Amino acid sequence: MDEIITYAWWVFAFRWFHVLSGVMWIGLLWYFNFVQTPTMPKIPAELKPAIGKFILPEALFWFRWAAMSTIVTGLILAQMNGYLLSAIKLGIGDHSPNITAIGFGMWLGAIMWFNVWFIIWPNQKKVLGLTPASDDEKKAAARLAGLTSRANTLLSIPMLYCMMSASHGVF
Amino acid sequence: MKNPLDSLDQTVTLGFVLTVVVVFLIHAFSA
Repeated sequence: MDEIITYAWWVFAFRWFHVLSGVMWIGLLWYFNFVQTPTMPKIPAELKPAIGKFILPEALFWFRWAAMSTIVTGLILAQMNGYLLSAIKLGIGDHSPNITAIGFGMWLGAIMWFNVWFIIWPNQKKVLGLTPASDDEKKAAARLAGLTSRANTLLSIPMLYCMMSASHGVF
Repeated sequence: MKNPLDSLDQTVTLGFVLTVVVVFLIHAFSA
């Protein structure tokens, strides 16, 4: 068993969980931005509560905890691979485009994680009525959460370039 | 002026533009 469960296997296991979590996070982010938000205006009024009351809260649960799992497993993975601190300082001085690339990917991912937990989720709680808010505050919260979600969709494109290019030999 | 993030097409386009910028930065920072 010791020959199978090696340190390299644990590194791989964290990479596996990191990718599983990331697929769920970015998959749900793209579901919100490519499917749910553009479709909402076309949904008949009597059916809209099905989205707001049932699908959205469930999707947001998996969305924010997938974001948490992605960053935690990613930081552990970087530490296990020995490049966490080098990547945080964007590989400056290391002369390694792979470290710089994963560093940019980590910073972009960290900004996206911050947006999920400190902008999107607190504002969605107002929209969903989980925290008290007036109608005007709910409208403003929905706008801010929506724009931040769009910003994360924008950032996901270079973030994934950085994450993949660092490990798959483009440099 | 309209916020480009209001348009999904513009959001995705800006994502690819930012990718090009980041690629240049990766090469600059790791030189």
